[in-house]
Amino acid sequence: MSGVRVLVGTRKGAFILTSDGKRENWDVSGPHFAGWEMYHVKGSPADPNRLYASQSSGWFGQIIQRSSDGGKTWETPGGEKMPRPGEFPSGQSNKFVYDTSAETGKPLTTHQWYDGTQHPWEFKRVWHLEPSLTDPDTVYAGVEDAALFRSTDGAQSWQELAGLRGHGTGPKWQPGAGGLGLHTILLDPTTPNRIYIAISSAGAFRTDDGGATWKPINQGLKSNYIPDPKAEVGHCVHHMALHPSHPDVLFMQKHWDVMRSDNAGDLWQEVSGNLPTDFGFVVDVHAHEPETIYVVPIKSDSEHFPLEGKLRVYRSRTGGNEWEPLTKGLPQSNCYVNVLRDAMAVDQLDSCGVYFGTTGGQVYVSPDAGDNWAPIVHDLPAVLSVEVQTLA
Amino acid sequence: MIRVVLPQHLRTLARVDGEVTLEVAGVVTQRSVLDALEARYPMLCGTMRDHVTQKRRPFIRFFACQEDLSHEAPDAPLPDAVVQGTEPFLVIGAIAGG
Repeated sequence: MSGVRVLVGTRKGAFILTSDGKRENWDVSGPHFAGWEMYHVKGSPADPNRLYASQSSGWFGQIIQRSSDGGKTWETPGGEKMPRPGEFPSGQSNKFVYDTSAETGKPLTTHQWYDGTQHPWEFKRVWHLEPSLTDPDTVYAGVEDAALFRSTDGAQSWQELAGLRGHGTGPKWQPGAGGLGLHTILLDPTTPNRIYIAISSAGAFRTDDGGATWKPINQGLKSNYIPDPKAEVGHCVHHMALHPSHPDVLFMQKHWDVMRSDNAGDLWQEVSGNLPTDFGFVVDVHAHEPETIYVVPIKSDSEHFPLEGKLRVYRSRTGGNEWEPLTKGLPQSNCYVNVLRDAMAVDQLDSCGVYFGTTGGQVYVSPDAGDNWAPIVHDLPAVLSVEVQTLA
Repeated sequence: MIRVVLPQHLRTLARVDGEVTLEVAGVVTQRSVLDALEARYPMLCGTMRDHVTQKRRPFIRFFACQEDLSHEAPDAPLPDAVVQGTEPFLVIGAIAGG
């Protein structure tokens, strides 16, 4: 029987949750990298045993971990080999250096700071790792301060796709409350050179040439917390999702507003509809129904918890606007957790499983597309990210 | 032999228990000790000092012989007791939080 492997990043380590196709009984492995912030763990679609993990610490900086056996063992790519005398250490897998060269980059060195002044670009951490759809050794990294890096050697070394920072609007980008993070990377499965990314607080961007050149795709967004609510950049996009069969259709949870685009981000329209609040962080798409989408409404930007203390996932089967609350198995009183932007995922089983993690340390699963929910674990550290692999 | 004590998270990352001992050629300084440490354990590159500038990370401190050497020049000689191996060179994560 096929099964699933859920990869959970938390404030204090990573956990791997496995189950068979019923998704009733779970094995829990971890904490891996105990005590470290694990922003994101994700598997390669081309090789399910290849996992990448972003390990971070305010003290020791960024580490990239890689597994080639589905998370049983891990290594720091390029960091295991003992160099010969006189040889430079090979531990470069955590070396993220902005490209300011005249040949491939631009000497773009500042972005907007919280107070509106210009501030130097400084690498802080990797928020999101997106493995290639076809090559296990190619992986993209979205980092803070916002930039996109790519490795083609299994994360041993990284090169910035500098056209994103250098395309012209960079000095207008400003950090959100969590920092100036590039948190969303969507690879178009039908157009290999097309990549979507999103940055808080800059907005969404698209490349159609594999990352060489980029354009903002924020037309239709309206953000009342910036001087020009319809500005080209400056929008606090929280997350985006697409369905592989309709990669031109994008869904977005913005700071406020749930949005969709039917033309690869060229124009957005609001589909918040009857949601009780349209603030939130996550958005995802059903594995087999491209117009079935999920969000978790959060009360407001000042109060990051569910309305009325009721943890409710909202599902739309119409691609937005018409939403239904999903509550069976979720706490409906005194619940004041948050669900962060990378903490929702769907599996590929016939009965689509939906997963999300909370800042209270719960990871919930619905094996029936959201109708019924159950906690897999109750008491992990605050969950930063949830990804799921569907195993043959 | 130079003795180096790492904080727990870096011992885990380098997969070592207890103290690390290193042969350091030439003058024993912060830089030469850290160079030798990173050469032996490449996964520690970037965790104590910046990859490019080689500056000490803000929340990392260096102690030895009950002295705070964090703000000493990287090429200043370390105390004789560290050179002789009677005292370790301590890499410390700055105390912060609760």
